[in-house]
Amino acid sequence: MTDKQATLDRRDVVSRILAGREDALVITGLGSATWDTAAAGDNPLNFYLWGGMGGAAVMGLGLALAQPDRRVLVITGDGEMMMGLGTLATIAVAAPSNLAVMVIDNERYGETGMQEGHTGAGVDLGGMAAAAGWRKTTIAWTEEEVNALAPILFKEPGPIFATVKVNRDPVPLVLPARDGTAIRARFRAALLGEKAAE
Amino acid sequence: MNEVDAAIAWPDEIYGVLKDMDVSQVCYVPDAGHKILIERSIADNQMTTVRLTTEEEGVAMLAGSWLGGAKGALLMQSSGVGNCINMVGINQECRIPLLMLVTMRGEWGEFNPWQTTMGQGTQDALESVGVIVHRLDDATQTADTIRAAARQAFLSYRPVAVLIGQRMIGYKEFAK
Repeated sequence: MTDKQATLDRRDVVSRILAGREDALVITGLGSATWDTAAAGDNPLNFYLWGGMGGAAVMGLGLALAQPDRRVLVITGDGEMMMGLGTLATIAVAAPSNLAVMVIDNERYGETGMQEGHTGAGVDLGGMAAAAGWRKTTIAWTEEEVNALAPILFKEPGPIFATVKVNRDPVPLVLPARDGTAIRARFRAALLGEKAAE
Repeated sequence: MNEVDAAIAWPDEIYGVLKDMDVSQVCYVPDAGHKILIERSIADNQMTTVRLTTEEEGVAMLAGSWLGGAKGALLMQSSGVGNCINMVGINQECRIPLLMLVTMRGEWGEFNPWQTTMGQGTQDALESVGVIVHRLDDATQTADTIRAAARQAFLSYRPVAVLIGQRMIGYKEFAK
């Protein structure tokens, strides 16, 4: 649907972005975005979703509203985001200034056989976010654009919606912990300290 | 409180219990039965009130809220319960609390037959994924029921739903 070629490597993109996270809280959408984030280096302030498809961005909303002084970054895939299109409207209306969503868009359902997704047929997720009223939407096709993205995602007033177009080259499987109770207990302890036990 | 007063005041009773339980986030898909509670939440500057496009957004949103240290409640009509089922997996696998307050349709004197399928299946659908279900059909039991549900959700880290019976809300009458 476009003349541009997606050449970016998804693992490289996620690593570059997370290098600038400081104390940001990260939620990952199920599938490849979770593996990408794990591959960039484990962190107790990562919450890895292995299910709940369509819920990553709006889970970020709840976290951002509960922690208004912390930056929240949701990293997810185009298929996961497509399942939660209504959340683009919900987040726009709630308008959290500390929330950013980065969609790693390979235009495919990577976990189920690389079937073409809606973005591969021209659906513009960022355009939908803009139409819903997100404060800023942006798209990256090049390394330069990715390098410019980190300060936007972590510093600019949100809600911010960033699409990163990536290639479809196979990447090694890197799986984080999959015991949800362990992931959430670790996350809450790192974020809330003693209050995590309340 | 006598029965007549309770029948009028139950949404305010729920609001009082939510405040008492430190619920600071309320999200909702509107229902006429939740009208007063939604309005009171919006008017409360200490509460963050979020409108949803579909109910499962609230399940995921409040999981994020709780990760961040905030307690929430999800308000919806029974017709939205089916939307939530897969998302409740987050709560079950992570032992994250969820408090759902569901106003019932498709049961007591329902006029619209299209409400019946989900209304009659609401409790089974929730229990099929392990949500703990309380019925609330007597307005004088409102505070106790909501408090017990909230305690179990937040102290036992479980998804808990209160089904607020259509008998409490009254028939929906369409203009003739």
